[in-house]
Amino acid sequence: MSEVRDWIDNVVKTNDVVLFMKGTPEQPQCGFSGRVTQMLDYLQVPYSGVNVLESDMLRQGIKDYSDWPTVPQLYVKGEFVGGCDIITEMFQSGELKTTIAEKGLIAEEA
Amino acid sequence: MPMQAHVIEDLIKEALPDAVIEIRDLAGDGDHYAANITSSAFEGKSRVQQHQMVYKALKGKMGGELHALALQTSAP
Repeated sequence: MSEVRDWIDNVVKTNDVVLFMKGTPEQPQCGFSGRVTQMLDYLQVPYSGVNVLESDMLRQGIKDYSDWPTVPQLYVKGEFVGGCDIITEMFQSGELKTTIAEKGLIAEEA
Repeated sequence: MPMQAHVIEDLIKEALPDAVIEIRDLAGDGDHYAANITSSAFEGKSRVQQHQMVYKALKGKMGGELHALALQTSAP
């Protein structure tokens, strides 16, 4: 089990923006995951997607890792930012763009 | 397995007694809910922490028995 945790930890810490999701960024297999990819695409954020449907161990492992019961989960610079609800709220308020821009991952003003 | 709105509300109340809770059944199927929750316990907590408190109150039902609960939390 800790092997999965180490793998997740490594992915989270070596990718600036990573989305654990159902399906892939090109082909999301869940409405909530799809919504987050659309928001990231809209802000033109470069990110990596990890498909949790590929492994049951990963699917459970990511929930244990963040103590968060659902997928999608967005991580920015090693930090868990939130699931679909929080990301949507942050997107609507403009906070998502600011947070990501502050970390130098997208231009402040496109 | 559907879960009734009042069961969700009771569980949250148990953990956050002062919470003001508004629950909507989005699809009318007892499986997709949205909840607005206001509680003084959320003060000074990040949004992630606030949602984690609610998930904890639901005792592992979220993501299992309870398929979808869209959350909006705030301090009064």
